[in-house]
Amino acid sequence: MRDLICSVLADHARLKSDASELGDEDDLYQLGLTSHASVNVMLALEEAFDVEFPNELLRKSTFQSIANMAAALRELGAEVPAR
Amino acid sequence: MSIQHLAVGVDLVLVADVARSVEQFGDRYLDRVYTPAERGDTADSPSGLAARFAAKEAVFKAIGATDAAVAWSDIEIGRRPGGAPEVVLRAEARRLADEAGIGHWAVSMTHEGAMAAAVAVACKDARAGRPAEEER
Repeated sequence: MRDLICSVLADHARLKSDASELGDEDDLYQLGLTSHASVNVMLALEEAFDVEFPNELLRKSTFQSIANMAAALRELGAEVPAR
Repeated sequence: MSIQHLAVGVDLVLVADVARSVEQFGDRYLDRVYTPAERGDTADSPSGLAARFAAKEAVFKAIGATDAAVAWSDIEIGRRPGGAPEVVLRAEARRLADEAGIGHWAVSMTHEGAMAAAVAVACKDARAGRPAEEER
């Protein structure tokens, strides 16, 4: 799951840091994630994990770190798709 | 009206970021973020959409509920007769604004070249939390 989240971040988050070097708890907003980029991250995560984020998860903290995104995805029952 | 009855939010969006989102995600992006009225008002133009996204963020910041769960489409930037923008809130956005005592909004948007920006000012009910001696 972590690898796929990092791949989505590399493609859509437009961070100042290399997504492959991020720690699970790193604050992505501090690293340059904008509100608008977080929309792209959400839509890309939905595609990658075949889930839909409900309104109650559309809060800034959901996309603040890899750990938070992983927790939200687990809550939605996401599984890592077979390659 | 005293300063504690005002709250302000501001945001800046790159038009190219919006254009890229439309290209990559299409209607999934457009329908998730913008209302039918906003899409109609802008004809889905990236500069118009970017200005509205900035305005939505500016309104969210002015509400002051930093980590609240608010759908982007529940903050609508509409048009008054004559063309001035107006803020229309629904669902959780409406509830949070009501809770904060916000009764009126002023919002202004602009876009020029690569950038779009917006400022939102929330006017709270002047009587909310006001000491009795100030009521005169």
